[in-house]
Amino acid sequence: MKETRHSVVLDKEKCTGCTSCVRRCPTEAIRIVNGKAQIDPDRCIDCGECIRTCENNAKRAMCSKFEHYLHYKWKIALPAPTLFGQFNGLDDVDEVLQGLLDIGFDDVYEVSKAAELVTAYTRLYLKSAPVKKPVISSACPVIARLISLRFPYLKDNLLPILPPMEVAAILAREKARREHPELKDEDIATFFISPCPAKVSYVRNGYGGYKSHVDVVVGLSDVYFLLLGAMKRGRTPTLTGESGMIGIGWASSGGEATALLNDSYLSADGIENCIKVLDSIENGNIPQLEFVELNACPGGCVGGVMTIENPFIAKTRLQTVRRFLPVSKNYISPDEIAVPGEFVTDEKPRYKPITRLADSFGESMRMMAEIQKLRNTLPGIDCGACGSPTCRAFAEDSVRGVAGDRCCVVLAQKRAKEENDA
Amino acid sequence: MSDKLTFHFDVDGESFVSAGQASVQVKKNLRELGLPPEVIRRVSIAMYEGEINMVIHANGGVADVDVYEDKVVIVLDDKGPGIKDVALAMQEGYSTASDQVRSLGFGAGMGLPNMKRYTDDMVIETVVGVGTKITMTIRL
Repeated sequence: MKETRHSVVLDKEKCTGCTSCVRRCPTEAIRIVNGKAQIDPDRCIDCGECIRTCENNAKRAMCSKFEHYLHYKWKIALPAPTLFGQFNGLDDVDEVLQGLLDIGFDDVYEVSKAAELVTAYTRLYLKSAPVKKPVISSACPVIARLISLRFPYLKDNLLPILPPMEVAAILAREKARREHPELKDEDIATFFISPCPAKVSYVRNGYGGYKSHVDVVVGLSDVYFLLLGAMKRGRTPTLTGESGMIGIGWASSGGEATALLNDSYLSADGIENCIKVLDSIENGNIPQLEFVELNACPGGCVGGVMTIENPFIAKTRLQTVRRFLPVSKNYISPDEIAVPGEFVTDEKPRYKPITRLADSFGESMRMMAEIQKLRNTLPGIDCGACGSPTCRAFAEDSVRGVAGDRCCVVLAQKRAKEENDA
Repeated sequence: MSDKLTFHFDVDGESFVSAGQASVQVKKNLRELGLPPEVIRRVSIAMYEGEINMVIHANGGVADVDVYEDKVVIVLDDKGPGIKDVALAMQEGYSTASDQVRSLGFGAGMGLPNMKRYTDDMVIETVVGVGTKITMTIRL
């Protein structure tokens, strides 16, 4: 199996081995080995919780630098709507669009514009015949990956429409070819301006067999600082924003769901909350719903770890930006009765039983019995000092043979004391 | 391999908030054993409904999930009021849950029917005023 490539990197110098990230990781993917945090790539879902929680700034998201791709003749920026929430006093997204041109992009295609199309097509999809409800949004790549690893039963509930980022990349390239027939395909590059590392991983790894149409992912925080300088110059905008309230609304939690104009929806944000909702859906313990929007980051994409502004302030700013916009600027023709093939993916996340103890059931049973036995000898305080998130996880690591020379500090201390007393 | 593996849970009768925790933990354990997703889901639903029942009607109890080579057996044991009319309780939509419980979204009368639907075999032993023991089997 091809290994999933992730986008969180560790600065070994800065990592103190403090176990904050180990205990916070929702998939128990991190261990402290030889005093440094180590991520298991099979378990990581790119949620960015470890980046968010690290007080030493030892974890960061890895993405590309715009400066390294200047050789492309036609560079198209695909700004996530979250970008528009980062600037103090911004009234009009046109200033940001101009800023993107000023820092060296040749054109801009708003992801929020594509989001309005995805909204329109989702409404169509919800009405189409045999659809497994509730339909679960596929826009947050963390959720899609989580479902493939932990909730395989729900994979058919995932919305098969490509996320706005992909739709934007496809349409932006088509537009460039149409308006500039002199350009060759290899002259054009699409740059997604991302609020989160999960999108970086999505572009690198694809989705099942689907390969992303985005060429480069740049970090929103990197572009922000370039933009600040450019926007200060205050050039008169030559581009006009092409998205309405709905498209911009996708940046925060609930934006995608409310846009469907259907009151039978649920939206949740924050990875632990999302996991709880998925558990409830799987158990059938949730009212009949049409649509479920789940965002791994608190507050939605505005809470991504590559943003600058506090998610709640960003959300408030977006309200200002949306104030004078029409509800939507992108519509589909009433004649359209199905989602166009180019925006649909048949790919389903493939179930990977990554937590399975052994290949054979018998061996797994034996190991599980051993884990339970070992777990009962441990103190049960989940202190993390051994490098595993919980005593249970340490027992599991030991039985799996991956604990190395890590040991239980509490037990060792107790033993030393007993020897002393003896 | 002849012996079984047991996961034991105490279901706290005081709290709706913690109801469902055992079901989530069982899911995690069964995934580690590499059982098929469909089996895990059935066990999880049966377990969840059983847990909720014990919280609503019996002030909690104990749940044991025994994994054998060829089956998973869930035993839910409580010291609650017992079930007066099992046939009636098995009817979809029938519930003796209080209005307060219903206002929380529980007590729809689907608990026992769902437990039966998602398992291969279900045995209810109940004595009014003494308690209820439900044994569910899911074959692998």
